[in-house]
Amino acid sequence: MKHILLAFLFAAPAFAQSAPVTLPGEEEVDAYEVSNANAGAKPFESTTMLEAFHGREGISRIVDDLVEQVQKDPRTIEVFRASDFVRLRRTLKEQFCYILNGGCSYTGRDMVKVHEDHGVVASEFNALVELLQDAMDREGVSFGAQNKFLAKLAPMKREVVVR
Amino acid sequence: MLVRLCVAPIVLACAALPAVAQEIETGGKLRLTRGISTIEGQGGGGLTPWALITGDETDRGIGATAHVTAVELPDYSFLSYGVGVGLFDRVELSYTHQEFDTQDVGAALGLGQGFTFGQDVFAAKVRVAGDAVYDQDKWLPQIALGANWKSNDQGAVVNAIGGSDDEGWETYASATKVLLDKSLLLNGTLRWTNANQTGLLGYGGNLNDDHELMAEASIGWLLSRNLLIGGEYRMKPDNLAIAQEDDWLDLYAAWSVTRHITITGAYADLGSIATFDNQRGVYFSLQAGF
Repeated sequence: MKHILLAFLFAAPAFAQSAPVTLPGEEEVDAYEVSNANAGAKPFESTTMLEAFHGREGISRIVDDLVEQVQKDPRTIEVFRASDFVRLRRTLKEQFCYILNGGCSYTGRDMVKVHEDHGVVASEFNALVELLQDAMDREGVSFGAQNKFLAKLAPMKREVVVR
Repeated sequence: MLVRLCVAPIVLACAALPAVAQEIETGGKLRLTRGISTIEGQGGGGLTPWALITGDETDRGIGATAHVTAVELPDYSFLSYGVGVGLFDRVELSYTHQEFDTQDVGAALGLGQGFTFGQDVFAAKVRVAGDAVYDQDKWLPQIALGANWKSNDQGAVVNAIGGSDDEGWETYASATKVLLDKSLLLNGTLRWTNANQTGLLGYGGNLNDDHELMAEASIGWLLSRNLLIGGEYRMKPDNLAIAQEDDWLDLYAAWSVTRHITITGAYADLGSIATFDNQRGVYFSLQAGF
């Protein structure tokens, strides 16, 4: 009992920090405040959507697929050329899982900060949407559930597309 | 795909002024979001324009579409074909030619077998607010204002049946919203017009000569990224004493076969046209674009 309490006391400051949350294998990023609000959308209230995406495992497969495709597609290859794919995979999975009410916290930066140096244009954003649709198709997510999820992501275009 | 705005004669000037050497993009829109082409050439549904801008371009480029549309009715045959240009997903310019073949009706009315009314439609549309697809957190639809100038090539006949003019104009406002979480597209259009059967029977007439406000609506249900099914309604003026004019309805399916080709089929109820009632038939449209 004493050990658990000590462990909690030592671990506690980690929750309060606003230092960068990077894991081993990820590149350093400038300090920012960690908050679920950074995810850019409010989560679904029921678990229907999580089930439609086949839980956290389905989300994980979709993100792995998407991150693989964005590095191959000529429309998105430039946008992601300098990306830290280890971190991108982790934070995208967190973001999708958080929005789909999968019980995750989002620890990444907000949509403005993440994309401000990428110079994303509308056609690239649309290409990314199509690659996500392809990945959701391959996971077997129904078209209706895909659109419900995309409706949550859609307003982020205003923060992501900067020129 | 990128198109260099700088052409050979000014390439040196462009090289000297890199900031001027803009690259104009083509393509980039999501499938079906350029709409199909109406019988009058605007980006929209089949009978009524939408606030979407034709062509596959985004705000950084140009796009274009060409269409051929045929409507086969019990007593008439209609054909239209034309081109539209989209500029920076903001401005749309289009030209469409229409032919309305009266077949046996022409003979019955003493105009001659297969008498054909022709009409040219020059149209412009500007998107003024909103983003139909991406503003999913707002109620505000995408809104566009448009104007059409139309010219009928049978002025003498138009006058003989009680029409006032063989040229006319109309203006309209369209609001389009995609409710993505429900896979629905909704459109409402208000048109200020005095056209008889869209102008195929002229503009204004012995019952009424003035422009009036007409309401139009479309609904579409996205079954997949490439397939939209739905219906349309178009209210129409009734200006000619000789023939009652009815509102129009259709049920349609639009299929984006490839990124560049969209095929639309519809069942249309065009009511009474030039005293011949129950003009219900099939509509088929092919649109190609980039």
